[in-house]
Amino acid sequence: MLCIPCPWCGARDVAEFHCGGEAHIARPADADRIGDEIWAEYLFMRANPKGLHHERWQHRQGCRRWFHVARDTQSDRILAVYRIGDAPPEGDPS
Amino acid sequence: MAPRRYNQAVQKYSIFSLARNALTGHRNWRAAWRSPEPRPAYDVVIIGGGGHGLATAYYLASVHGVANIAVLEKGWLGGGNTGRNTTIIRSNYLWDESAALYDHALKLWEGLSQELNYNVMFSQRGVLNLAHSESDLRELSRRVNANRLNGVDSEFLDAAQVAEYCPLIDCSPDRRYPVLGASLQRRGGVARHDAVAWGYARAADARGVDIIQNCTVTGILRDGGRVTGVETSRGVIKAKKIAISAAGHSSVIAAMAGIRLPIESHPLQALVSEPVKPVLDTVIMSNAVHAYISQSDKGEMVIGAGIDPYVSYSQRGGYDRIEQAVRAVVELIPSFSRLRMMRHWGGIVDICPDASPIIAKLPLEGLYFNGGWGTGGFKATPGAGHLFAHTIARDQPHWLNAPFTLERFSSGALIDEHGAAAVAH
Amino acid sequence: MRRQRFRLDTGGKIDRTRPLVFTFNGRRYGGYAGDTLASALLANGVHFIARGFKYHRPRGIMTAGVEEPNALVQHGVGARTDPNSRATTLALYEGLCAASQNCWPGLHFDIGALNGRLAALIPAGFYYKTFMRPARLWRVYEHFIRKAAGLGRAPGAPDPDRYAHRHAHCDVLVVGAGPAGLAAALAAGASGARVIVVDEQGEFGGALLNDGGGPVAIGDGPPAAFVAAALEALRGMAEVTLLPRCTAFGYYADNFVTLLERLDEDGPTGGNRQRLWQIRARQVVLATGALERPLVFPDNDRPGIMLAGAAQSYVNRYGVQPGARCVVFTNNDSAYAAALDMNRAGTAIEAIVDTRIEVEGEWPRLAREAGLPVFQGSVIVGTAGRRRVRAVTVQRLAGDGVAGSARRLICDCVAMSGGWNPSVHLFSQSRGALEFQAEAGIFVPGQAVQAVRAAGACNGAPSLADCLAEGGAAGHAAASDCGFAATAPTSPAVREPGHGAPATLWRVPVDRPRAFVDFQNDVTTQDLDLALREGYRSVEHVKRYTTTGMGTDQGKTANVNALANIAQTLGVEIPSLGVTTFRPPYTPVTFGAIAGRHVADQYDPVRQTPLHGWHEDRGAVFEDVGQWKRARYYPLDGETMRQAVDREGLAARSSVGILDYSTLGKIEICGPDAARFLNRVYTNGWTKLAVDRCRYGLMLGDDGMAMDDGVTLRLAEDRYLMTTTTGNAARVLNWLEEWLQTEWPELAVYCTSVTEQYATISLCGPKARAVLAIAAPDLALDAATLPHMALAEGVVAGVAARILRVSFTGEVGFEISVAADSALGVWRALMDAGAAHDITPYGTEAMHVLRAEKGYAIVGQETDGTMTPGDLGMDWIVNMTKGDFIGRRSLTRADTERSGRKQLVGLLTEDPDTVLAEGAQLVASAEPGPLPAAMSGHVTSSYHSANLGRSIALAMVRNGRARIGETLFAAMADRTIAAVITEPVFFDPKGERLHG
Repeated sequence: MLCIPCPWCGARDVAEFHCGGEAHIARPADADRIGDEIWAEYLFMRANPKGLHHERWQHRQGCRRWFHVARDTQSDRILAVYRIGDAPPEGDPS
Repeated sequence: MAPRRYNQAVQKYSIFSLARNALTGHRNWRAAWRSPEPRPAYDVVIIGGGGHGLATAYYLASVHGVANIAVLEKGWLGGGNTGRNTTIIRSNYLWDESAALYDHALKLWEGLSQELNYNVMFSQRGVLNLAHSESDLRELSRRVNANRLNGVDSEFLDAAQVAEYCPLIDCSPDRRYPVLGASLQRRGGVARHDAVAWGYARAADARGVDIIQNCTVTGILRDGGRVTGVETSRGVIKAKKIAISAAGHSSVIAAMAGIRLPIESHPLQALVSEPVKPVLDTVIMSNAVHAYISQSDKGEMVIGAGIDPYVSYSQRGGYDRIEQAVRAVVELIPSFSRLRMMRHWGGIVDICPDASPIIAKLPLEGLYFNGGWGTGGFKATPGAGHLFAHTIARDQPHWLNAPFTLERFSSGALIDEHGAAAVAH
Repeated sequence: MRRQRFRLDTGGKIDRTRPLVFTFNGRRYGGYAGDTLASALLANGVHFIARGFKYHRPRGIMTAGVEEPNALVQHGVGARTDPNSRATTLALYEGLCAASQNCWPGLHFDIGALNGRLAALIPAGFYYKTFMRPARLWRVYEHFIRKAAGLGRAPGAPDPDRYAHRHAHCDVLVVGAGPAGLAAALAAGASGARVIVVDEQGEFGGALLNDGGGPVAIGDGPPAAFVAAALEALRGMAEVTLLPRCTAFGYYADNFVTLLERLDEDGPTGGNRQRLWQIRARQVVLATGALERPLVFPDNDRPGIMLAGAAQSYVNRYGVQPGARCVVFTNNDSAYAAALDMNRAGTAIEAIVDTRIEVEGEWPRLAREAGLPVFQGSVIVGTAGRRRVRAVTVQRLAGDGVAGSARRLICDCVAMSGGWNPSVHLFSQSRGALEFQAEAGIFVPGQAVQAVRAAGACNGAPSLADCLAEGGAAGHAAASDCGFAATAPTSPAVREPGHGAPATLWRVPVDRPRAFVDFQNDVTTQDLDLALREGYRSVEHVKRYTTTGMGTDQGKTANVNALANIAQTLGVEIPSLGVTTFRPPYTPVTFGAIAGRHVADQYDPVRQTPLHGWHEDRGAVFEDVGQWKRARYYPLDGETMRQAVDREGLAARSSVGILDYSTLGKIEICGPDAARFLNRVYTNGWTKLAVDRCRYGLMLGDDGMAMDDGVTLRLAEDRYLMTTTTGNAARVLNWLEEWLQTEWPELAVYCTSVTEQYATISLCGPKARAVLAIAAPDLALDAATLPHMALAEGVVAGVAARILRVSFTGEVGFEISVAADSALGVWRALMDAGAAHDITPYGTEAMHVLRAEKGYAIVGQETDGTMTPGDLGMDWIVNMTKGDFIGRRSLTRADTERSGRKQLVGLLTEDPDTVLAEGAQLVASAEPGPLPAAMSGHVTSSYHSANLGRSIALAMVRNGRARIGETLFAAMADRTIAAVITEPVFFDPKGERLHG
């Protein structure tokens, strides 16, 4: 049972959270000018890496805030937690 | 190129060969498949030695006469999702495209043991999908009617009929979410998952397919817009065609060819009870109560849980999913409360946004993809293998898998089967 | 009832002052409190208690614990029956009733024993090779396969027992209370840390409970004294919790450990039967001990053949003599201690057969001094006896096989020891790596991944002194890591005979059948060899093909022996094969315990509106909408649903209907950017909505598909109230939060759920205004002051209220929102006010009919996540020029813009009394053609409309809007029903009634 370290509430059981999937996917600014394929990249295509993954989580049963997590998807180890709007921490902090 | 000659040295399995071999202490059984060294080049390399990959190899050889096929498996064959699923087989999906696809598979199941000469123990004991609310009933009715008109057997049962068909289910009106009705597909059922991998492996091997285990693909070689081979832990292997069929690692392999997919890989868990004498002779699925359960031929109750809601390749999930699945079973079948969980495990499922697979050519010449089956891959095994083989051999999809492209995510022509699986996505 | 012939006169930890009577296979026997069913049966000389799973060979009691593969019984009767109960761990209680399983008609005469005769035909995997022809007989074959499989019988009635859950956090969790665990607990507890100590046994002490008062001493006294003193000390520590009868069965991520506590060892209590704990520990110390493994030799499965440690346990702990004449067979020194204890208790030790050529340790010396014969470099090559072992054959090892004359030894008991497997299950579950030690042939914990330490026998500790030292060090370090510093503990001095080196022997090297590796699933060395011969060469393949390790004991006595035999046959080193993964649970866990109280009426919370009691009193029939209970209709005086719904629908359009709308989601959206936010979230424009006005909004997913809808009110300059459908309230709030926080954090907007804070009552119909006026005399309700889609604040029935003029039925309508706890009074007041106007409460069913008469789509009924606004005929609400909104880009994708999509239309059946089934599929022709048939669409909503005096339906039909007037056919199982496509509105198409 993973513990997710909410930046505001501390480490809480994963059941309290909602995972919002891959982070840092920029919503196309001028969507009218892009083709269906580029729009599909945004809507659907994902890196889905086996390894370092930057993702979005929400502490849904707690403070209900969103934040970012850098996690290794092979070991499930959480490497870093950082706020929405911040860039991922430099390098692999493991 | 002439097809590889069927290996006449393969022993036929039957009660007679079993009895004959009993007389000699079973010392004369030959290996079900070889463990060959990989050759430098093949016509087709299939990445992934699970049920789908092995079935694809089999149909490529037997239907399309392709010689020189290799199946590369990073672990032991059938060791991925094929050896971890809850073995449910059915074809009662809502959309026309899905119903046709899965029923194609179901028809191949009906005769598979005989075709492979390997008993996969395919048991058509019926699949019940329960409805627990008015909106469930509406969706059920829509699906049952569509099934019927698509030529897929599907019946509607009301609560009293459900209770009669399967007395174990508590159909009383005062449960929290009472059973209001169900669909029944009598041709659906279960099979012995390992046997499917082994049966296809043996049959493919007999037709000259090289099954290379303990061989991890680490790169896909390209020359301009076409693929030329793979880099593996056992050396470089050249190939005219490369077919990706590696559930749980679809994105990893596709990334080797520079291709991104609309797939997220999630843990999916399942559990079995201790074996008991037969009491449940059908398959029960419920969306609302998030449960699916059947009793294997070994006597164990096989129960599926929901996916864990985050990407993970660990093949482990949270205990909370197990708790939810067991809770749902006890709610549906209160007399099962005293059975005991003997073992639980996990796999990695590749989830597509519309809960439907991709069986298609990829935008690189000679590269083909079969994946994104999510929680529904096992039931499709023979069909997926057959259609993928067609797609590879003819370099274009069969009409049955033509809708299941990567391009549908751009055009918007998704085939949304979220209601189909009883598993929370 | 016979006396217990094999009960020793003295000794053991049983309570001889509390004799018990129990029943086994219909016969009554005596035992004592403190016995297990197995020890009590052995005391009565009962060894043959089961039949093997496949060959139905007679089986007895092989172990004294959870690793038991053979002695499984059906425990209890009726609704409380428990299949597959281990006799070796079933605590004896007065009146316990148990029986053998998987034998028919009985244990002694069992038809299944024929399988033993057919053994050659049914090796591992035989069923994959046959039962294929003729294909139509598979169902018959399968029927018999299923009957032969399975062990015990499931109960036939619901479980009468209850199960509890508990959650706890601690600093240090110590798993196992043997010497290492007790030492760890003492060290950690002394530091002041919060410690939880669990042990699967009812008594703490672990392996020390099997001590027989021999040469082992801790400090100056016997091991029992050490245990007693440790327990007393631990009980005196306020932060230490002791949990006996509690098995740690699962180790999950981040030190989350699950425990199962047994509460019914004295028989059913009527209270909680078991308690499942979920623990989050900062540090874990695993002191889980080791399990003895059997030796693999032909016919090693007869009743009377048991593990040496088990034999010792039966003597010392239970005061039971496992046999009169015993042969001990071992490859290590621990069996000598067992031999000495058995000998002291009166069992004749015919021989200690030791596989090792050199036997020089202190234990063997003690055995020789006691006059016990030792045969070095020798093995048992076969056994005799059907329902009890009665003789063994011994030969000397020579080269790769055996040599010399075979010697026959008469015996009624064999105590075997192939060594001790450290119990690394939990460590492996924690994802720690395992290392193989070749000399002893054991897997020990290697690199840990979580905050866990292993100590004692489970860590491969070779002596008792090492166990105590390791345990103390581990407990101290664990507490230290939690910030509880203390002086390092000192281990007590230990006096124990030294252990000589063990020697592994994975199978006795004779080519004979029935050398069992997995006793429960009847897997022999020949089966393993067959699997390898047939190409199933990876460990997982062998395991799955032969089913070794897959029984209820999960291979506790089989896995390492199997792995080693596979390696030996393949000619490779054991570590190169890897280890099959250890999966939870360590021992099987009752489903009911996992479910806890969260079943039946506590399966899911029930959400009720504040008016629920009133609806109930009125005889409402409810329907589940998500977790909510909503009144569906209110039948009067024996009305059918149809009659009630007709009456309610007529009243709503002829006088006044009243409906409880409280379940709809309500979200307050505040802030200077609220309107801009709404513009992005809805398809239509919001900046021009005036204060005290409301507007209908449609929300799409970013894929352009209809997701939710509702009316949103503007309460103030920067304050809006959004309503959502009942089922989507939480989902929409989550959606809004996600976009605000992750995509548009620059917007100053705050969202608050107020669904439960307000109740909403809807009045509609020609008399609605009149009724409301009675309850709200100070409010101006005329059409000029309060036009359609306007709102006002005022007092209704003495309560502050917001009144919204809106309608989902097409009649003049008012929605009155008040604080939830005032709702009942307001509802009653309105009912009183409406008494003279024929006010009629109506439910969700009538509401569905009324809105369908007007063609209003319902999200989740007309829509299924694949429909665009255009499909629903709602292009009018999509403003493509106002700027970006969620879903906008997706509406112009190729598939979303194409023709041939399903569109919302109405359907009128040719026979006005026929009501189409919701979900019916529509085809073009009345005659069923060949399948598959092309389907033109499906019926989404269908009702009898009392107001129209006929049936109506809404449907999604391909190109529907271009096909008005065409006839389609609902294709039912037994007939087709003709219906004409119409505009999706049946009543008051111009909407004139709304503006009254």
